[in-house]
Amino acid sequence: MDDARPLFLQIAEQIEGQIVDGSMREEAQVPSINELAAFHRINPATALKGINLLVDAGILYKKRGVGMFVAQGSREVLMSRRREAFRSQYVRPLVVEAAKLAITPRQLTQMIEREAGR
Amino acid sequence: MTANVVEAHGLTKRFGSVEAVKDATFSVAEHSICGLLGRNGSGKTTLMHLLTGQEFVTSGSAMLFGQSPVENAKILGRTCFIKETQTYPDGYRAKHVLRAASWVFPDWDSALADQLVAEFDVPLGRRVKRMSRGQRSAVGVVVGIASRAELTIFDEPYAGLDAVARHIFYDRLLQDYGVHPRTILMSTHLIDEVADILDHVLVIDGGRLIIDADADELRGSATTLAGRHSAVQGFAEGREVLTWDSLGGLATVTLTGLSDAEKSAAQAAGLDVVPVSLQQLIVGRTRGAAREEIAS
Repeated sequence: MDDARPLFLQIAEQIEGQIVDGSMREEAQVPSINELAAFHRINPATALKGINLLVDAGILYKKRGVGMFVAQGSREVLMSRRREAFRSQYVRPLVVEAAKLAITPRQLTQMIEREAGR
Repeated sequence: MTANVVEAHGLTKRFGSVEAVKDATFSVAEHSICGLLGRNGSGKTTLMHLLTGQEFVTSGSAMLFGQSPVENAKILGRTCFIKETQTYPDGYRAKHVLRAASWVFPDWDSALADQLVAEFDVPLGRRVKRMSRGQRSAVGVVVGIASRAELTIFDEPYAGLDAVARHIFYDRLLQDYGVHPRTILMSTHLIDEVADILDHVLVIDGGRLIIDADADELRGSATTLAGRHSAVQGFAEGREVLTWDSLGGLATVTLTGLSDAEKSAAQAAGLDVVPVSLQQLIVGRTRGAAREEIAS
């Protein structure tokens, strides 16, 4: 957990990340609030807030008395949302740092291609 | 989160000419895990004594479960107060402390107490007076968790406890809280360690309550910007500045209330944008207040 952002957002993002990378499949059961709180050593109310965020967004759904599950189609929803955020989160800081180091956009493109080809 | 378990209005305590607690108004919601943070001598312990009726208020009021705690056995039976320097009758051994606690607290769980005693390695047969500081703290922690009191107040619960024991404390507290929710008010200096388990934070400085906020609100509420002096100054203008350092052409400033757009703008201007932890924020706030007092 980092210090920057509210913990409940980080909990939500971590579960989203697991759905995106496939380690948590659609229709799989999500850890309970108390399991999440104990694992991350956080307040259970915070864990609940994070989970509720995903329930409200339709990423998770509740089965009464059973637990929380990953909704059908949630992976695609998350992937497209992440692609939109990719520019501001990764590309912009990359370009700023490159400019500081006098790396031209052309050189930057070459570096990316080389890295991707490895 | 319906009712407030703790409510203080204009709470003030004067010892002679010293005002230990000044006009504190706050509340602690049911099932909250609330941190009471501040420097040494800032009034944390006095505040806890006022809340539990161990000191009389000079003015204002303190209420637990909607009633005054002073000489109120009904209220105090629902409250467990673990003091930093708890004194026990001479000759008391740890096992006596636990047995006495089992009579006092209606929801006492002796199986849990046994488990905690084993985990914290509490020497049951040793006189409390002869114990090390860490062992005495462990006895307090066992009582605080196993009592399952509706309101548990910990005053610096882990003086002398090592890092391993502290982490057992956090784990067991959270685990038992998950199954048996209750209200917890805890004072501590180890802010970074407890930051993630708190949902509400009270910060007291020089007897005055200076922060009363949700932990989530505080997290990320301050940002440190570092970079060229002129650029940093541009962002700092007209804002609350917690810290300001400069060296040659470089400056570092800690600000509150930057929006996401402003952070991106700072980044685009070539500044380093670093979030501030709860501990750094509180150090900034309490140190700032001390400086102002000296200046005035």
